[in-house]
Amino acid sequence: MASTQTPVAPSLEAEPKPTLGQRLSNAFTLLILLAIVIIFTLLQRTTFLSIGNLNNVLIDTSQLLLLTIGVTFVIITAGIDLSISSILILSAVVAAKVMIQFSGTPEQVAAYSFPNQAMAIPIGLALGVLTGIVCGLVNGLLVTRLNMPSFIVTLGTLGVFLGIAQLLTGGTTVAGVPPAIQQDIGLRDLFPWPLFGADFRLIPPMIIAFVLTVAAAVLLNFTRFGRYTYAIGSNMAAARRVGIDVNRHLLKVYALSGFFAGVAGTFDLMRFGTASVGSHQSDNLAAISAAVIGGTSLFGGLGTIGGSVIGAFIPATLRNGLVISGVPAFWQNVAVGVVLILAVYIDQRRRSAEERM
Amino acid sequence: MVKAVAGRAMEPVLQVENINKHFGAVHALRNASLAVWPGEVVALIGDNGAGKSTLVNVLTGVLRPDSGTMIFAGERVSFSSPQEARAAGIETVYQDLAIAPHLDAVANIFLGRELTMPGLAGHLGFLDNGKMRRETEEQLTRLRVRIPKLGRRLVTLSGGQRQGVAVARAVMWASKIVFMDEPTAALGVAQTEMVLDLIREVRNTGIPVVFISHNMPNVFEVADRIVVLRLGEVVAELDPRTASIDDAVLAMTGARRRDARGEGAVVG
Repeated sequence: MASTQTPVAPSLEAEPKPTLGQRLSNAFTLLILLAIVIIFTLLQRTTFLSIGNLNNVLIDTSQLLLLTIGVTFVIITAGIDLSISSILILSAVVAAKVMIQFSGTPEQVAAYSFPNQAMAIPIGLALGVLTGIVCGLVNGLLVTRLNMPSFIVTLGTLGVFLGIAQLLTGGTTVAGVPPAIQQDIGLRDLFPWPLFGADFRLIPPMIIAFVLTVAAAVLLNFTRFGRYTYAIGSNMAAARRVGIDVNRHLLKVYALSGFFAGVAGTFDLMRFGTASVGSHQSDNLAAISAAVIGGTSLFGGLGTIGGSVIGAFIPATLRNGLVISGVPAFWQNVAVGVVLILAVYIDQRRRSAEERM
Repeated sequence: MVKAVAGRAMEPVLQVENINKHFGAVHALRNASLAVWPGEVVALIGDNGAGKSTLVNVLTGVLRPDSGTMIFAGERVSFSSPQEARAAGIETVYQDLAIAPHLDAVANIFLGRELTMPGLAGHLGFLDNGKMRRETEEQLTRLRVRIPKLGRRLVTLSGGQRQGVAVARAVMWASKIVFMDEPTAALGVAQTEMVLDLIREVRNTGIPVVFISHNMPNVFEVADRIVVLRLGEVVAELDPRTASIDDAVLAMTGARRRDARGEGAVVG
């Protein structure tokens, strides 16, 4: 009879064990990074493991790290943001132009005097970051309102944002930025104590990258925002059915990616005192590779900030080690490419193993 | 029988009358009427295109009917969205597992209804995972569903366990009625049994369950009442204790009702 009580708990099969691929992938990236460090340490012990050199790796990576963190959010939603490299360039150009504009009259700037730089520099940095957010919002609006694939939208804006930056600069490096942004802010050593020796420098870009990375990890792991990011990438229809405003959330995620790219853009001014439209043009692919190497799945629903951090350190560590070892740094491209293909292969294996269960 | 009689003494939870719905030239629902009482399992059966899913979609706010009345919990209602229906206490379990496989059971059960920390942290969107987990454990215990590790992503669980989570989610939030559209269609035999057990558990808490199924043995195993749709019309209502599967098939396919053997066949 249908109404009979069933005292027995519903029977459940034994829980499946994690597959080899699953276990591999979680530790894979860290192992690769460790292997790189060990190899170069054995080759060039004194130089590679020196405080000064590791410090250089940290500084070099801070910019790529920000791009990687931002795009990690987008990739977890099963989207992609190819435009981050152009957003970085445009943000740097806008920040530089604004700084020059507000620092003084053209004559004063030409004479290398910047009477208003104390005001102009913060405004420039703020507008640079704002530019990144606006670019991200444009991406998000196109993806959600026109219902277009993010690959196409951001491939388009990759060209648009770079083109605007080129138009603003005439295609050249922006000259006449107040040097204080570099000397007094960007390269200021905030760790004057000799704890790690004189070679160790703690400069603002490192601190900004560190703080934003920690904040991103908290956002992704402990908040509703992070939960929705995973849910949308995992099953967008299910997220809609439970009443999540998917379009609104995606808009925020693309804006966040733009924000991170915008901050990364200001690093150019802080470290080099210029905004160049010529460099960074392949940083988008480097950041996406780093996220994917770090375990973020291009199919969505999977990815961690910790993984992306490790993924972002692999190219800089490789390049640094190769240069020190006297190997042509071009091998870095070969090595990163191989690691990327391996990482995606393992991710696919893991996915198909999971779906078979 | 006891259950049904006791049920009839109460007000129906949901009563819809003369629902019509057109899709272009197709008359998908023709004066369909249905009432659901507390503590009963109603099976909606019918051939493909009979209007079962359309009816459920109308009742859960996914579709708006062209005409007809809907009385829910004693009040006349018309839902303009699934969110409105959910807010009123109506939950739906879908055939295609509307879960996020990369999240764990707790996150899925609370998806879209996350509990946040008290105070400032809550306003910033910080989740109260401990509280959500405790409430999930209570709910799963009450429903006698055992999920091996609540912290595991659903992608690592079996299909039955995943559907168990989907049903648990619906039941946890349904204060009035649960609809299930082919909840066992994608499942194996053992997993189907588990979901049928869950349906009984839900019914025993007093919340009625309306489910669509093509699987006649399942329908006869778990339903207290069987409503047959054909070409958008409710054509028969069967009592599974007296009617046979043949009766149900005859009603579905439109053989003349008089031909149906067994006194259980009631003209709808």
